[in-house]
Amino acid sequence: MIVASPKPVTELKKLIARHDKVLFVGCGTCVTVCLAGGEREVGIASYAMRMARKIEGQPLELTQITIERQCENEFIKDLAEPASKTDAIVSFGCGAGVQAIAERFPHKPVYAALNTQFLGILEEQAVWTEKCLGCGDCMLAEFGGICPVTRCAKRMLNGPCGGSTEQRCEVDADRPCAWQLIYTRLKNINQLDRLDTIVPPKDWRPSWHAGARKIVRPEHRV
Amino acid sequence: MIESGQWEPKIIAFCCNYCAYAAADLAGSKRMQYPASVRIIHSPCTGKIEMEHILEAFEKGIDGILVAGCLEGGCHFLEGNLRARKRTDRIREILDQIGVGGERLKMVNLSAAMAPTFVERVREIVEAVRALGPNPLKKSVGAP
Ligand code: SF4
Ligand code: SF4
Repeated sequence: MIVASPKPVTELKKLIARHDKVLFVGCGTCVTVCLAGGEREVGIASYAMRMARKIEGQPLELTQITIERQCENEFIKDLAEPASKTDAIVSFGCGAGVQAIAERFPHKPVYAALNTQFLGILEEQAVWTEKCLGCGDCMLAEFGGICPVTRCAKRMLNGPCGGSTEQRCEVDADRPCAWQLIYTRLKNINQLDRLDTIVPPKDWRPSWHAGARKIVRPEHRV
Repeated sequence: MIESGQWEPKIIAFCCNYCAYAAADLAGSKRMQYPASVRIIHSPCTGKIEMEHILEAFEKGIDGILVAGCLEGGCHFLEGNLRARKRTDRIREILDQIGVGGERLKMVNLSAAMAPTFVERVREIVEAVRALGPNPLKKSVGAP
């Protein structure tokens, strides 16, 4: 899923400083699960913003709504009515959600309340880790299902580097060495022979280096 | 406007059922005195007190909040009080950032037998909040 984290309250306050009627929009999918932009987080941010503005003598008229998914027009439609009564929209969705809403409301300011971080998983309660960069050409099969592109600090395709110690990464001892994980995993699944092959430099063309990507699937087009 | 000397801070004490509420009850049975402006809200566990409950009370103009739970390690639900501490820490940060003041929120851990500690902590928060003055939101909230 997409993992995001809330912007500090002080930053959020600045974002909407010039508006008096604002719509806070939560998203019911990834950012609800990662406790950053669901109904509850929108609620807490709303308390904070209303209080901050009352104290400053510039009260804020706040409407809150959480839709199923901000990255789909089908759900964004529900915002038309509440949005028509406000000066600006603050999206608690990921960057895609914010932009989807902005496209749908071309004449309304739309702000991001979250910092969108990465594609990752929930490791334990309230701890998330990054697993995939979305490189567009998945090589997981070669590495026993552990992505060195994302999880090795040096993105080495023929690791480990010389700094791997005690199974930890030399760049950040908080992190397991991805290459140690790859080795252990390949051993467990009897595929250590994969390490005999030198992996050629990665083809980054399918990645994002040339701007935003687009996927068209003719078989599903109508 | 409220003149200093006349103003009594309004405080909510969220008390967990198993320790803090029992301690408050014991304080009552022992006829121990504490400021009358403190209102006790009986909660199953401090872990059940959501951040929203505390924020809502501040938005409505309460001057201070005491969250009172069991001693660490003594929670009836094992770690409700530990979670409450993390949540109150987070709210204190928010209260500081928005200008309400984190000092208005305190957490205390005590056992059911610690009535004197309960009374002492209540007095402390009343004094701390008195020094801070009324909740700055009160002006715009009207009569609390
Ligand atoms: S190889 Fe690319 S697509 Fe596959 S997990 Fe790694 S970053 Fe993601
Ligand atoms: S220690 Fe391991 S994860 Fe860290 S940079 Fe070296 S090979 Fe990559």
